Parts: sequence; C-alpha cells; structure tokens
Amino acid sequence: MDLSYGEGAETFRREVRSFLKGAWQPGERRKDELKAFIRDFRTKATDAGYLYRAIPKQYGGSEQPADVVKAQVIREEFARARAPMEIGGNGMSMLVPTLLEKGTPEQKDMFIRQTMSGDMMWGQGYSEPATGSDLASVRTRAELVGDEWVINGQKIWTSQGDRATHMFGLFRTEPNASKHGGISYLMLDLNQPGVTRRPIRQMTGEAGFYEFFFDNARTPASWIVGERGDGWNVSRTTLKHERASIGSADALGGTFRKLVELAQEMEIDGQPAIKDAKVRDALTKIEGWVMAHRYSSFRLFSLAAAQEQPGLVGLMMKLLLTETGHEMALLAQELIGDHALIEPASAGTRGRGPEKWLDQIMGTLGNSIAGGTTNIQRNIIAERGLGLPRDLAMEADK
Amino acid sequence: MRFHPTEEQLAIQDALKGTLEDAMPRERLEKIVNGGGDFDRESWNALMALGLGGLALPESVGGAGLGLVDLAMGIEVLGQGGVVGPVLQHCLAGLALNLADDADARETWLGKIASGETVATVAFGGNWLPDSWAVTVAGGKASGVIGFVPGADAADLILVGTQGGGLALIEKGAGVVVEAVQSADRTRRLSAVTFDGAPASVLFEPGDARIARIFDAALVLTSADALGGAQYCLDLSVAYAKEREQFGVAIGRFQALKHQLAQMALEVEPARALMWYAAYAWDSQQDDAARAAAMAKAHIADRYVSVARAAVAAHGGIGYTWEYSLNTWFRRSLFDRAYLGSPTVHRARAADLAGW
Ligand SMILES: Cc1cc2nc3c(=O)[nH]c(=O)nc-3n(C[C@H](O)[C@H](O)[C@H](O)COP(=O)(O)OP(=O)(O)OC[C@H]3O[C@@H](n4cnc5c(N)ncnc54)[C@H](O)[C@@H]3O)c2cc1C
Repeated sequence: MDLSYGEGAETFRREVRSFLKGAWQPGERRKDELKAFIRDFRTKATDAGYLYRAIPKQYGGSEQPADVVKAQVIREEFARARAPMEIGGNGMSMLVPTLLEKGTPEQKDMFIRQTMSGDMMWGQGYSEPATGSDLASVRTRAELVGDEWVINGQKIWTSQGDRATHMFGLFRTEPNASKHGGISYLMLDLNQPGVTRRPIRQMTGEAGFYEFFFDNARTPASWIVGERGDGWNVSRTTLKHERASIGSADALGGTFRKLVELAQEMEIDGQPAIKDAKVRDALTKIEGWVMAHRYSSFRLFSLAAAQEQPGLVGLMMKLLLTETGHEMALLAQELIGDHALIEPASAGTRGRGPEKWLDQIMGTLGNSIAGGTTNIQRNIIAERGLGLPRDLAMEADK
Repeated sequence: MRFHPTEEQLAIQDALKGTLEDAMPRERLEKIVNGGGDFDRESWNALMALGLGGLALPESVGGAGLGLVDLAMGIEVLGQGGVVGPVLQHCLAGLALNLADDADARETWLGKIASGETVATVAFGGNWLPDSWAVTVAGGKASGVIGFVPGADAADLILVGTQGGGLALIEKGAGVVVEAVQSADRTRRLSAVTFDGAPASVLFEPGDARIARIFDAALVLTSADALGGAQYCLDLSVAYAKEREQFGVAIGRFQALKHQLAQMALEVEPARALMWYAAYAWDSQQDDAARAAAMAKAHIADRYVSVARAAVAAHGGIGYTWEYSLNTWFRRSLFDRAYLGSPTVHRARAADLAGW
C-alpha cells in the first residue's frame, strides 16, 4: 500500500501550481468582470489540458488521455488555489458523457460546447408523478409528427429546474412496445410555449426542485440520443461514467469536521460538549464510518487508476454517505439541543447559529431519496453485489 | 499510489486459505471446539511451513521481510477460516522481538519464531493498555499474575507486559504456572498465568516508545481477524440465502432478508479499507498511526459482533444450534471485541489522541 502519488504526479503538480499562479489572479473585480475573467480562465485552463479532459478538442475540450491521478492532482491544486473547476451540474455529469458515447457528430457540435460554457443548463427529466423507483414505467409521451417530437405529460422533482434552459430525459415513444423497449432519450428546450414550470417547495423551505408540464411541447426529431426505443440503454450509459474520487469522500469529512467544531462550541453542564464522555464516544463511533468511507474512496481511486473494476464497495458509497450523514445529523440535533426547535431566520437560508444544522438534518433525508432511494440501493447491493436472486416483481417486469 | 492488494498479497491470502482448509477441515474444527478448545499442532505446522510466522520478519532470520499490511491480510484470512490457537499472538511476539535492541534474544528466538518451531504468545494484563501492565521484574525475576492469555498452555515463550508499560521475555518453565480458563471462544483458549520469580529478560523498559507501536500492531491484527470473521459470517449467510427455500422460493428473494444481507455487506466491505489504512499507517509510521489502529479495532470489532448476530438471525433455527457452528464465529466476535480493550476504551483513546 502506498498513498503517495509518485514522482510523475508531483512533477505534474508543480506544473499545475505554476499555471495557477499565472492564470488565476481574481483580485478585486466587479461582478460582471469576474464572470468574464472566470470564463477566460476556464478557456486557458482547458488549453493547458487541465479542464474538460475527457472531451475531444473539436468540441472544446482538452482531449487528454484518461488519468485519474492527474485528474486528482488537478482537483487538489485548483481547490487549494480556490480556482474554479469545470462547470458542474447535470449537463456535464450526465448528458455530455452520454452524448460522447451515443450522440451524433451534429449533437456533439451543438450541445457540448454550450453546456461547457454554461449557456445551456440541463434538468434531468426522469421522474414523473407515477414514476420514481420504477423508472422504466415513464408515461410522458413523445410522438413523432413530421420532423418534430410532440411531447405531452409531466416530469417532477427536477433539480435546478429554476436555472435549467433545457432538459434531457426519458419519454415513451413506442406505446405498443414493452415497458423497457418503448422509451427514448430526448433533449428539449424548456423555454417554449407548451412548457410550464412550477417550483416545488421542499421541506427545508427552499424551492430546490421543479415540476414541468408539457402540453404539445416540441423538440426536433434529431434531438434523440441513440435509437428510438433504446432510451433505457442510453440512460444506463451515463451510470458508467460516474467515477469515484477522493473528492467525494471529502464531503463527508467536511461535515464531520463541522460536527466536531459544533461539539467544541456547544456546552453541556458548563463544559464544552466535546469533553463529555458520551459525546466523545458518539463522535468517534461516527468517525469509524467516516474513515471507512474515506479509505474506501482511496481504494476506488486506486482501482480506477489501475483500470480495474470497482466491485462491491463501489455499489456502497452512496448508501454509506447517506447513512453516515444521517448519524451526523442526529448527533448534531443532540448537540444543538433546544436550538433544534428554532427555524433559521428564514427558511432555506441555512441560518447563522446552531439552528443552521436543521438544514443538514433535513438535507440527509433528501440524499436518501434522490438518485435512487435507500431501499433501491440495498436491492442493488444485494442483487448486483452479492448475487442474490432478483425481486419477484422486478423479474416479472423484464 | 496503490491502495488495493497486489497480486502477491492476494496469492498469500489464497495460499493461507487453502492451507487452513486442508489442515483444518470443518470436522476437525468442530472436534477441537467440542473438546473445549485447544492448540492444534497440525494446522500450526501447516501455516508455519507456509512462512506465516516470519511473514513480517527480516529475511536474515528466515522471514519474508514483508510489512504489517501483508501480515494483517494474512490474519484476515485466518479470521475468516476460524484459525485455532495463538497464531496472531505468535506473529505479534515476532514483530515485538524484532523491534527490540537485545541482539542475543533476537538471535536466539527470531528464527525459531519464524519457522514456528517455538510457539510464542503475548501477555498484556491489567485493563490491556500498556499503562496498566503490572508484572514486576526485579533482578531478572518476574512476579505477578496476568489473566486471559491466549495460547499460554501451548507456548514456549511469553512476551510479558511489565509494570508501567515495558515488555519482558520469559521462557516457560520454572516460576511460570499456567491455569486454563474456560474461554467463551473455543478456538482460542485462554489461561491465567502466574509468574513467581520466573527468569525474565527485559526487552523494552517501561515507557519505551516502541511499546506503543507494538500495542498498535496488536490492535491492527485483531481488527484484521475481526474483518475476516465478519466476512465469513456474511459469505455463509449469502450462500444460505441462495439455497434455503421457504414459501417455494429461495429466501434470498425476500427483500427484507436481502436488505439485511446488504446491510451486513455495508458493515464489512468498507471496513476493509479502514483496516488496510491502519496497517499502512503503522508500516509507514504516519502521524495518525496510533489513532487509526484504535479506530480500526473499535469500529471493526463492533461490526463483527453486529454482522455475526445478523448472520445467526439470517439462518433461522439452524443458526442458533451448537451443531451448525456459526456460534464459533459469533464467539470469536465476542473475543475480538473484548480482547485488548473494548471499542469504548479505544474510542475514548482516539478522542484523546485527536486532542479533543
Ligand atoms: C432532492 C431530490 C432531488 C431530485 N432530483 C431529481 C432530478 O433532478 N431529476 C429527476 O428525474 N428526479 C429527481 N428526484 C426524484 C428521485 O429520483 C425520486 O424521488 C426517487 O427515485 C424515488 O422515486 P419516488 O419519489 O417516485 O418514490 P417511490 O419510488 O414511490 O418510492 C416510495 C418508497 O417506496 C420504496 N420502494 C419503491 N420501489 C421499491 C422496491 N422495488 N423495493 C423496495 N422499496 C421500494 C422506496 O424506497 C421509497 O421508500 C429527486 C428527488 C429528491 C428528493
């Protein structure tokens, strides 16, 4: 075992550092100037081969050979310099990898660059009121009329639905085909007549997700990714691109550090709570899980660097994150005591005092639902990871 | 960077697994367990012939010159197979002796420990933590009593924790009285050992920094045993769930049980990397090595008990029988949890070490 990145990586690290020293000097700038500066910086960083590495040059990327160690060094150095990385969101994490694998040259030309620049912002249109865990049962119809798809139905729980200019998602295009065989993967413009968007207030008070109603909304026939009726397989493509990284482990570590700080700030019987034996035990109990998660992410990173399969542990990271986050939230509530009774100044603002933990407490509930519920995660671990027989209902469905 | 096993490490695991299966088939294990637990010369010889005793000892004494990571991966496999006797303590005694300055003692014993010709164990005592060790050594003679020593009946050599946290080497013989204790874990027999003027040579003076390292290694190896045991409980349950039928289908189709098995896997698989990290941190002497060892022992021992419990439940009635022998692993989980100090003790230490 060896956690050092090796000589080559350290040389590369020095290169990244000196690039950042020259290119990332945000200084004091007006808001619009800063925006332009960041845009310019991203272009320079891409030209230097640091950003958009998986994307071919012809579509605006830097087309670098896959190298998870270099990618990690870049993440670390950009984070250290507080320099912006790639534009995030559904578009970059899900649509672009899918297009790279299954899209036509015209689609790649048209969508990738604008997604990278943030001009196109994407909502993920999978869920519907009757369709969540059973994703293949989507009902929203898309019918080919002339050279356009005509869309009718409803999507729901779309994250970032306020900013989304476009949507990619699954639509029923072959009503007479089988459940899985009748779906297509389409993209559409959300700013058109026939699309109504409505915010949904979530339990934290924020309008974090939206619902969309389609009433003869239209999208060009060519905005289909992959073949007609092959949408289920196309949507699976994206999953392969979800890469574990050390970065993802830091999320849990960061919350844990804040929890320790909370225990240092709050008091029990006039003493810092962290001096209390029960609190120390509870904290270290949670930390056991945090460490198991962190070192497992090192393991996944190491496997990825060696181009080996992630295996069982790869299927567990989300559930581990959710469950550990939940444990932290419970301890936080214990520590803030009566502050847990107070709504932060205004809902969704996260607050300033101990009550800001309410957001974390409720946020972990979102994690246990979004992107596959905890029950579904356990099914996946049991069936794909442990090789147990499939659910009767799910088998019947295939 | 590499944070997953090498081909070589996997080969060592395979070899140990095969050897243990051959030397300790289920019927033999059951016989030993039913006989109240015992040292088993046959499996001992087989494992030692494979080089386990010297895995982490220098090549100059016939060892393989590998690190704690490799040894821990080996112990993990033995925990999975339910190894009998003081194998972990023997390997630990070798590690400890190898760190000592006493060239004569190293010269005399390390080769024999590596080959397994001499059986060694460690006796810590008190509440396990070095500060509480209590055997006194004066004028080369040791006095005191230590309870719960694994394998003391079979051992030729005992590394004894001495007052204030030192370590002395005692050959079993005059002045050493071993009284067997009926241990809950039938695969690892415990004894109370009385030292009454037994000739002892001091290897480490109280407070020697290397004592902490030796104790940390003991924690890492115990967590490795616990990880292996938990893995066995999971594997056995998964296999059973695929085979056992109720209501006309394999019980593994029932989601309630499926989710319980997924939960067990969630306890076992991520813990593996925690164990590796603790061993790696020990080998490379990272600043957080002691803390990682404490955390690994606390977390993984807890996981083992929890998974072993769930395994019994997943088996239904048969799981609760003596005959099915899942209880052998449940009992081992109780051992791993209590041996060297409970999770609560080590979590409290970890909190102290963090400076909280
Ligand atoms: C914060 C947040 C953000 C989201 N963002 C998006 C987004 O951007 N785009 C998008 O398309 N969707 C999004 N979703 C929707 C999310 O993917 C779905 O809510 C989720 O897949 C669950 O579907 P559902 O809500 O229909 O619940 P259901 O599927 O109805 O589940 C209800 C309960 O039944 C259980 N259940 C269902 N089927 C099974 C089964 N086979 N076995 C065992 N238990 C089962 C579930 O585990 C759950 O406990 C988001 C959700 C949240 C909370």
